[in-house]
Amino acid sequence: MTAATEPLIRVAGLHYAYEAGTRPPISALRGIDLTINAGEHVALVGANGSGKSTLLRHLNALLLPSQGNVWVAGWNTHEQQHWRDIRCTVGMVFQSPEAQIVATTVEEDVAFGPENLGVSRSELQARVDWALRATGLMELRAKASHSLSAGQKQRLAIAGALAIRPRCLALDEVTAMLDPAGCAQVSAVITQLHRAGITIISATHDMGEAAAAQRVIVLDKGRIALQGSPREVFADDASLLAFQLDLPAATHMARTLARRLPQFPRDVFTVSELVDAIVVHAGVTS
Amino acid sequence: MNTASTPIVEVRGLWHTYLAGTPLETPSLRGVDLCALRGETVGIIGPTGSGKSTLLQHLNGLWRPQRGEVHVCGLSVNDPAIDLRVIRQQVGLVFQNPEDQLFERYAGDDVAFGPRNLKLGREEVRERVREAMEQCGLPFSFKDRLTLELSQGERRRLALAGVLAQRPQVLALDEPTAGLDPQGRLELLRILRQWGKDGDRAIILASHNMEDLAELATRVYVLVAGQVVLEGPPEQVFERTDVLVPAGLSVPPAVEVIQELRRRGFTVPHAVLTPAQAIRQIEAILHA
Repeated sequence: MTAATEPLIRVAGLHYAYEAGTRPPISALRGIDLTINAGEHVALVGANGSGKSTLLRHLNALLLPSQGNVWVAGWNTHEQQHWRDIRCTVGMVFQSPEAQIVATTVEEDVAFGPENLGVSRSELQARVDWALRATGLMELRAKASHSLSAGQKQRLAIAGALAIRPRCLALDEVTAMLDPAGCAQVSAVITQLHRAGITIISATHDMGEAAAAQRVIVLDKGRIALQGSPREVFADDASLLAFQLDLPAATHMARTLARRLPQFPRDVFTVSELVDAIVVHAGVTS
Repeated sequence: MNTASTPIVEVRGLWHTYLAGTPLETPSLRGVDLCALRGETVGIIGPTGSGKSTLLQHLNGLWRPQRGEVHVCGLSVNDPAIDLRVIRQQVGLVFQNPEDQLFERYAGDDVAFGPRNLKLGREEVRERVREAMEQCGLPFSFKDRLTLELSQGERRRLALAGVLAQRPQVLALDEPTAGLDPQGRLELLRILRQWGKDGDRAIILASHNMEDLAELATRVYVLVAGQVVLEGPPEQVFERTDVLVPAGLSVPPAVEVIQELRRRGFTVPHAVLTPAQAIRQIEAILHA
């Protein structure tokens, strides 16, 4: 197997072009080099059409590079004999919860993946229980999947991906269609899974969500334009704007305040951090 | 009819149940009252499954009221003799992810679809396509682009242009910014604000994005489990975290900051909606 030092995912010189019938192919990725280590939480941000989804789909061999290579746990995605291993290593969850639910009840839906892998009865039950517990769906196991709320359906989709016991989850805007309560539920599940050691790679338009990751990667027109800790990436307001992005709302407010109050911290990412900073500052000035 | 005090949209005691009389019967709307005056931008907030989309779909006659009444632009959606085409021309409905419903090969044909169906002359159709594309920030030259070549933000604006080309009086939108990148979202909000400036028109906007509603809406309704539980100007409604949070909703970050500061004992005299308003209040606290 892979040595401890080997990154979980390695992408080298990845180009990808969508075939467009008689027209010239549309270039979606133009030379991506990237390594992701086991246990990381990475946010992928960028404008619509910047290549986020295309990149994610390469990480479990749903798409294969037009040029370049992707290795998952040491397996090259070009080698078809490893697809099964690759897909058991990286689980994918998509934006629309409805599109990913295949079975009538919650429990059957979670069992679908491992059942297809031919795992034993007892192992199957253990995996389903674990995935339901990890996503907080244990109580709903006998429910009809169509009767769930959107947030619950999205957790069910995550549970389905988890039941194959992946080391990594690739999440494609999984909160985009959810209401605030649904977003909060799904974000809490993701945080817990990361704590439990699962590598998280999450494409999102929500800059607040991105600020909660360890590393933020900014894609622009199929290339990595910028990457680093949230602090580093959100440092430069002007270049973010050029990539059609924005700051988290709390960061935006903090920076506006810092223009008038040079002592005010510029790097706050959440509402509660902002409130804390205001309280501290009020203590200093009064 | 065009006096400001006449509602352009009026919904009274509206009930709707999906699959009524079957084991899968699901109540959706349970006695909803709602109105919009000309010149208003009315927001409908509610968690997923609260009935927002079902309510919007009544406004252009996609559903006829099972119980209750719906009037738009002086026409009754209840009236079995009413020509639904007239209602659909007056009330433009923009679905969730409308870009998924573009079906023509060329962008201009998609925008022209509505006006052509109205049997307008060639020049008139062209003029309306030009106007609608311009309103949506799309250069007229985009009419010759392949629909599939446009970005998601452009495709969404194109879908909106297709609705505006019918020159509706009322625009009803379902989660118009969901899935757009931050700049795409700002651009769409700008277009809607501009379109809604005309005092004869009204916008009805269903969303669970509180920041969108804080930016646009003059009045909001909170829909929970098919019933209106709150109604009022956004700054008043967003104060009611006691109702919003248990319903699975939140308030915009700017409002949250101010509420948290009050909880911690600061005096913040004015209600806020937007980051700019919040910053003024915070600067007052910090004597900046």
